[in-house]
Amino acid sequence: MSPTEPFPTDDVPSLPVPAGPSDTDEVLLSVRGLRKSFGDNEVLRSVDLTVGRGRVLALIGPSGSGKTTALRCLNGLEVPDGGTIALGSGDRHVALDFAARPSRRQLAALRDRSAMVFQHYNLFPHKTVLENVTEGPRVVQRRPAGEVRTEALALLERVGLADKRDVYPFQLSGGQQQRVGIVRALALRPQLLLFDEPTSALDPELVGDVLGLIRELAVEGWTMVIVTHELQFAREVAHEVAFVDGGRIVEHGEAGRVLREPQHERTRQFVHRLLHPF
Amino acid sequence: MDQQTAAELFWSSLGPIALGALRGTIPLALVSFAVGLVLALLLALMRLSKRWWLSGVARGYISVVRGTPLLVQLFVIFYGLPSIGVLIDPWPSAVVAFSVNVGGYAAEVIRAAILSVPRGQWEAAYMIGMSHRLALRRIILPQAARVSVPPLSNTFISLVKDTSLASLILVTELFREAQQVAAFSQQFMLLYLEAALVYWVICLGLSAVQGALETRLDRYVAH
Repeated sequence: MSPTEPFPTDDVPSLPVPAGPSDTDEVLLSVRGLRKSFGDNEVLRSVDLTVGRGRVLALIGPSGSGKTTALRCLNGLEVPDGGTIALGSGDRHVALDFAARPSRRQLAALRDRSAMVFQHYNLFPHKTVLENVTEGPRVVQRRPAGEVRTEALALLERVGLADKRDVYPFQLSGGQQQRVGIVRALALRPQLLLFDEPTSALDPELVGDVLGLIRELAVEGWTMVIVTHELQFAREVAHEVAFVDGGRIVEHGEAGRVLREPQHERTRQFVHRLLHPF
Repeated sequence: MDQQTAAELFWSSLGPIALGALRGTIPLALVSFAVGLVLALLLALMRLSKRWWLSGVARGYISVVRGTPLLVQLFVIFYGLPSIGVLIDPWPSAVVAFSVNVGGYAAEVIRAAILSVPRGQWEAAYMIGMSHRLALRRIILPQAARVSVPPLSNTFISLVKDTSLASLILVTELFREAQQVAAFSQQFMLLYLEAALVYWVICLGLSAVQGALETRLDRYVAH
């Protein structure tokens, strides 16, 4: 499958599929020297990240470390003060240098390559489940309504929510809402999926559903960056873990190694505290 | 007063008063509210703008409109403007004054309603690729509309009653009709109570419409 036509048309219904196999060494996301301040508060000092296509990176770290801000920069929800982001493969590659103040058009292009799943779902309450999923593809991407609908229904079917397509978000449990949030992201046909603490707002018994779905996406080969506090999950699902502290990546490596044998003292303390809270 | 005569007068004057409502009060309120709402949305967006001069203009407008009596605004437009060469007929004068007034009050309602929509809604709209304008139109304003129905209904109901002030600039509407019958028959108590009753009936109808609208807009909210 060529990178310019990543969506199968032969099997019906067609589903968005990941940007490509993970057996290449292609770099999908490359972040260099990312800086961001809010007033006097320097949240990102210098963040460097590289994520290969089909790889899953978990960002872990204490609250206020900057991991969520870093994630939001990737989708242009925050505009960094400096540094570069290169994202996307094939003809969907974009590279932005934030020191040179990217234009609105460039930011839109960056945003187009990724899709985000929010901690608090942020579904549109005045739209039905199906409308939540089709809004972006139909209204923003202007794809044909019939095709968008078929694909959205197939995606909902896949997460077990096809029968909920005509209900409003308030009628769903937190876990169901978050699965719709994930489907909404997938329907945008992004090359990179971003998750901002996707299970932090969920009741404990609903966490499993959502994590299970994310694991499936990882197995399918989606490229993902996940901000999470679920170390167990990070160890199982992520290929790599980056520990963020004080606006910098303190340690970045293979997931099992970073979580089992952290090299840095701060990583060691953090992992220990999360694994042994009492 | 002879009972028979009072009842007869009540029924015979109901025609002109109702006609005054249909030709004056109700269209005046509807047109002014529609124009006022457009103005209010514009002012609310200006007020929320990051450009200081835009929000400054809106702030000034709202301050003047809310800080001066409606009757004075009406008189400035109808009796004041001719002295600088601007002559406007009673009906358009009333529409201008009421629209300007509604614009000022409803602007704050709409602004508050827009601000009441959680930040996450803007972010989700941006995330799916929407521009600021598209996000406002498709995601934010529909949610703000729900929140603003009760306060805007208040504004509209006040407006319906305030249109009685237009009688003072010679607009033929409900209250002016009542005044004329009252002056002719000298039955002031009866005619003014009758006028009050008709206003009340109109407002009862509006409350029913408000209720229906709220039910419709609340269909996506947990109860």
